[in-house]
Amino acid sequence: MATTAVPTTESRKSPTTETAQPVEREVDVPTQNDWSTPQAMAIPKEGYFKLEKGRYGAIYPRTPSNYGFSVIAKVKPGREQAVRDYGKTIEAAVKGAPNVLAPLKLHYLRWVLFDVGSGLHFMYQGIFDTDFDKYIEDAVALFNATGVTTVFTNLEGWPEDWRTNNPAVIGFFREHQAPSFLEYGEYPYVTADEIKKALKLKETFSGMLDLMQ
Amino acid sequence: METSPTPELEEIQHFLVSRPAALAARYEFLTFRTPASGRKWLAGLIDKVGTAKAVHPTRLDSRWVTIAFTSNGLRALGVDEDALATFPEEFRQGMAARADILGATGTNHPDNWRGGMGSDDLHAVIILFACDDKERERCRVEHEKYLTQHEGVEVLSTLDLGAIPSKRSGAHEHFGYRDRLSVPAIEGMGDEPTPGSGKRIKAGEFFLGYPDEEGEGPALPRPEVLSNNGSYIAYMRLEEHVGAFRDFLKQHGKTKDEQELVAAKLMGRWRSGAPLVLSPDKDDPELGGDMQRNNDFNYKEMDPHGYGCPLGAHIRRMNPRDTAVNMERRRMIRRGGTYGPALPEDAPEDGVERGIAAFIGCASLVRQFEFAMNVWMNDKTFHELGNEHDPICGTQDGSFDFTIPKRPVRKKIKGLPQFSTLRGGAYFFLPAIKGLRYLSELETS
Repeated sequence: MATTAVPTTESRKSPTTETAQPVEREVDVPTQNDWSTPQAMAIPKEGYFKLEKGRYGAIYPRTPSNYGFSVIAKVKPGREQAVRDYGKTIEAAVKGAPNVLAPLKLHYLRWVLFDVGSGLHFMYQGIFDTDFDKYIEDAVALFNATGVTTVFTNLEGWPEDWRTNNPAVIGFFREHQAPSFLEYGEYPYVTADEIKKALKLKETFSGMLDLMQ
Repeated sequence: METSPTPELEEIQHFLVSRPAALAARYEFLTFRTPASGRKWLAGLIDKVGTAKAVHPTRLDSRWVTIAFTSNGLRALGVDEDALATFPEEFRQGMAARADILGATGTNHPDNWRGGMGSDDLHAVIILFACDDKERERCRVEHEKYLTQHEGVEVLSTLDLGAIPSKRSGAHEHFGYRDRLSVPAIEGMGDEPTPGSGKRIKAGEFFLGYPDEEGEGPALPRPEVLSNNGSYIAYMRLEEHVGAFRDFLKQHGKTKDEQELVAAKLMGRWRSGAPLVLSPDKDDPELGGDMQRNNDFNYKEMDPHGYGCPLGAHIRRMNPRDTAVNMERRRMIRRGGTYGPALPEDAPEDGVERGIAAFIGCASLVRQFEFAMNVWMNDKTFHELGNEHDPICGTQDGSFDFTIPKRPVRKKIKGLPQFSTLRGGAYFFLPAIKGLRYLSELETS
């Protein structure tokens, strides 16, 4: 999750007030500053184009659908209902405190249970706006504080000493992360904050038009 | 409510706890050619190591000794591989191996480090703080003599440090900024946080074996007698390019006042220490020196857009205060000082190396120190800035910007010069007294 300066129009690239700056790129990937052209990105098997080491391992690139992960792990036998019940728990937590997950800078979360013949698996897929490696400790702290972590105790391979062993928890997420080989963005590289700002502007503008009638 | 155990001050080395009235220091970086020689050297020095209990700022000692070891150093003294494997991976790998993660690239890269820094032969550092140069010299001679009795313990390099004489009060670094303004207060150590510095931080954030801000704290590396009450310290020798810095100020400020403002924008504080958030337009030296006021500010409410303190200014990066979460898990204790001669005002760059050589203490190098380097100092996307690193200490190669928010139009400085270069660094473990004794009494099978 990013450090949050209150976002300003100044801190973002705005094509009307500033000449477009070339975006520094180390590999030949689609440009990042054109939200109006849908983009797809095929990603090498490793999950990255060029190995860039983060504190806990390779850093995954930002793609047209921003950052994200797909953590897949096998559910311990007999724990399906316990996992499903967490759907309600998280729903209630967000209802009670709508900003509880805000520090994660999320767009969407998808929690899926599936069995393709090798036992029940849990997939936790998140799309967000910050680098997984950089803010992983903050995410784990938030999972702990909101009780999200306890759902993971139903998964095989989850470290038993998760309460005191942060590196092991981070290791679990990294080991169970399945990198995408293709990501697509209809409005590429747009952050959730930018979308919310645009919608707010639209709302304000449309309210103003209503008043003018 | 649960109360945290009181830190064992008679066990913990004083280094991260008490800041004595020292004006000089010397670091000696050592290698042990044989385990026995290292242990014998250590055994004879343990009594000279000051504990947090014995060393007190008001007491009239005149020298303060600290000893710490790299992972290779622990191995060289005879700590076995099974035990070493219980220490965190980042400590075992060492700073040089993780230079990319820290952003230490280009001229900052370990390939360019000297004095045995980054080498597997670097085993220990003995840190001496002394009341003055004379006392430091006496200690230097004494340790030199001591080393002649310990064949097999060799000095890889040394560094002398001294306070920069200044007309202004307080400690300053070579660029002229007042230093040592943000110091975390630790639970059980009797410190009172200064206004705006946040709450007291649990001892486990700095010393192993205590509850930390998340809970009971991680399991101790083994054997516990070695790790309990210990800390990790990251060493950084940062050369400051004073000539380039002053040229930059002149280039971007016509008058003295304008130059001072540019200097303040880079740091987030005037050189007096006065924070821009509280005094955005002109310096306020009285505020700068007043510890009851000079940290009493936040960013989210008081300066959200960075019109006072730019979003990418050094202090805003290294302590984003209320604009980041889990700040209490990122605090560190910095110890050290300046080295090299001060460059007189208006003197041209003389090519002599000068800078800051500091140790950053914490309980987790990866979560505290490396986070600060990787995410705050050298992350281009910090605060969505896009193409900036820390302007003072970050890795600069002329390709990054520095943005100064301003009405009606912001000022963007392109191609910021390199004001500092990492000349060396290492990760050390700072054992407590029992840990030192354990190491000195190890037997090699």
